[in-house]
Amino acid sequence: MDIRKLLAAAAAPFLMLSLLTGCTAAETADEPEEEEESEAQTLTIADPDYYSRFKGQGLSINVYNWGEYISDGADDGTLDVNGEFEKLTGIKVNYTNYATNEELYAKLKGGAASYDVVIPSDYMISKMIKEGLVQPIDFDNIPNFGYIMEDFRNLAYDPDNAYSVPYTWGTVGIIYDSTVIDIPEEDIDWDILWNEDYADEILMFDNPRDAFAIAELICGYSLNTEDSSELEQAAFRLRQQKRIVQGYVMDEVFDKMGGGDALIAPYYAGDALTILEDNDALSFVVPKSGTNRFIDAMCIPSSSRQKEAAEMYINFMCEPDIAFANIDYICYSTPHSAAFEMLDEETQNSPVSYPDSEFVRDKTTVFVNLSDEANQKMQDLWTEMKSAEDENSNKWLAPVFLVFCILLMIFVLIRRHIKNKKDIF
Amino acid sequence: MKLKYLSSPYLVWMVVFILVPLLMIAYFAFTTDSGSLTIKYLSDVGQYANIFVRSIWLALIATVICLIIAYPVAFILSRMDKHRQGTMLMIVMLPMWMNFLLRTYAWMTLLANNGIINHLLALAGLGPVKLINTSGAVVLGMVYNYLPFMILPLYSVMEKIDGSLFEAASDLGCSSSQTLFRVIIPLSMPGITSGVTMVFVPAISTFIISRMLGGGSNLLIGDLIEMQFLGNSYNPHLGAAISLVLMVIILVIMTVMNQFDPDDQVLM
Repeated sequence: MDIRKLLAAAAAPFLMLSLLTGCTAAETADEPEEEEESEAQTLTIADPDYYSRFKGQGLSINVYNWGEYISDGADDGTLDVNGEFEKLTGIKVNYTNYATNEELYAKLKGGAASYDVVIPSDYMISKMIKEGLVQPIDFDNIPNFGYIMEDFRNLAYDPDNAYSVPYTWGTVGIIYDSTVIDIPEEDIDWDILWNEDYADEILMFDNPRDAFAIAELICGYSLNTEDSSELEQAAFRLRQQKRIVQGYVMDEVFDKMGGGDALIAPYYAGDALTILEDNDALSFVVPKSGTNRFIDAMCIPSSSRQKEAAEMYINFMCEPDIAFANIDYICYSTPHSAAFEMLDEETQNSPVSYPDSEFVRDKTTVFVNLSDEANQKMQDLWTEMKSAEDENSNKWLAPVFLVFCILLMIFVLIRRHIKNKKDIF
Repeated sequence: MKLKYLSSPYLVWMVVFILVPLLMIAYFAFTTDSGSLTIKYLSDVGQYANIFVRSIWLALIATVICLIIAYPVAFILSRMDKHRQGTMLMIVMLPMWMNFLLRTYAWMTLLANNGIINHLLALAGLGPVKLINTSGAVVLGMVYNYLPFMILPLYSVMEKIDGSLFEAASDLGCSSSQTLFRVIIPLSMPGITSGVTMVFVPAISTFIISRMLGGGSNLLIGDLIEMQFLGNSYNPHLGAAISLVLMVIILVIMTVMNQFDPDDQVLM
């Protein structure tokens, strides 16, 4: 620790020097903790008084987020967001991770753990609102909500925008090996996932909601359809596809596409960019015909005991510098106008991260939660599709097994019979 | 008499972490969300019959293969010099020192379409063979991961068989196959039953092997149960009902297995 402080102290004169030479980091200069902050990037907070309300009370909040979904200062030069929050407010952050929306739901529904800030996705937010698992946010405590772009307010999952503050967003597209697949990018559509030429080279989502969405896009249905005949039609499409699918995967896509084991896979834009960095042969395209847009937003569970501190945390996450540090680190798209402005031009114009707003408005659909019946129907169809056997093995599997069991029973009975006879003598 | 109290820590452990969860599973399986009694979820399990059959079938194949591989190994092992036995046992145990997931992950890269095995086949002039994402790959994963659980109990039983029994058998005119079937196998029966139990039970309820090596299209009961808790349809009642049915099936199979045991020991 001492060495770090020494280094920080040594770095301070250089910082002063850079101030003299005309760099515009002037606002941070009168912060008392300036030396320590200069280790990472400089941080500007508009209203420090707002954050000092709970100082010295020994409060702590529990934050439950996706894995690898915050700037944690692990790489050199990145900001430790939670650390900065603790320093600024004196509120301790207990930070834990989950891997799926359903895991988060199971935790909250079970009621065993109390969390103050969670970051679920769109359809899960509407499900939680319906079941009363999240509580309305007092937006007076979140002045930074003003930075959230118009396009990301009052969306279908939270129509009055009373429960959630958008954190990141992204679209679903297709990762493909452009060295093998010789189709111009603009001609690639979802039906490539049904193309027999690439049999056994196609990966597919291993969760029903995302997989059905693709089938529904092909059929031209709404992504939030609850109509059981439409769901059945989509399931029929997926069953057709099963024959040429190499595997149903989620995060394994990183290895399988990165290592060249498959040619085509649908996936989320942010993760796709990470995969593309490792393998030059791969390209990513969001089909022009439309796609699913997902939004992860910050919510406060009903079981939260530190609501105001949680709101303070959410507001902190919406500080321009913090929002930028996060988005810079996790590669997803940001709904935060100031953070967007800070991005470099190349990213701002990237059709993958930031497709033009007309496309976003007209061609993308955000999931909302389906009714229990529709969810159940989808789950049943999905299980049925996944467990369907190949035609030829289905015929003999069950009978052979039954015969085997019967033979085994007969054998055991005969054996016992002989044994009992022997025991008489 | 006082000795009885020494077992109380385990008794408490058993009640809190085995008995209570079992009762909770039963409770969940027979009730709805609102708490009223129902057998709806149990009868719903019927529609997954083909998944049950496949799980039992694959676990059975894996168990039989394990037994066929492990039996001669265990026998040879038990007849070795004492100090060499130690080394060989260590080699058997060696893979178990590595994380289970890591080992299965390694198979993923070996079996992949662009994996090492297919590269070697290509060198030999053979076309690429579809290895991963088949039920064969799932069985391979089961055999690989659970083989030590078959070898160890077999070895510990065979080690206790007195070598002079084989001499006596051949003195009395037994051929080597007769020695095998009338002396070695009957004497090693307890090892076979416990080995089969230790391989079959984890194999039937595995889910990560089928996910990683089966490519998600070879659904097993374990996957089905996991889907009820962490999948898209959160339905702990159905999940509990499936677990309950699985438990009963295993119970029945184990009862049948124990009929082979000459001492009629209960091994569950």
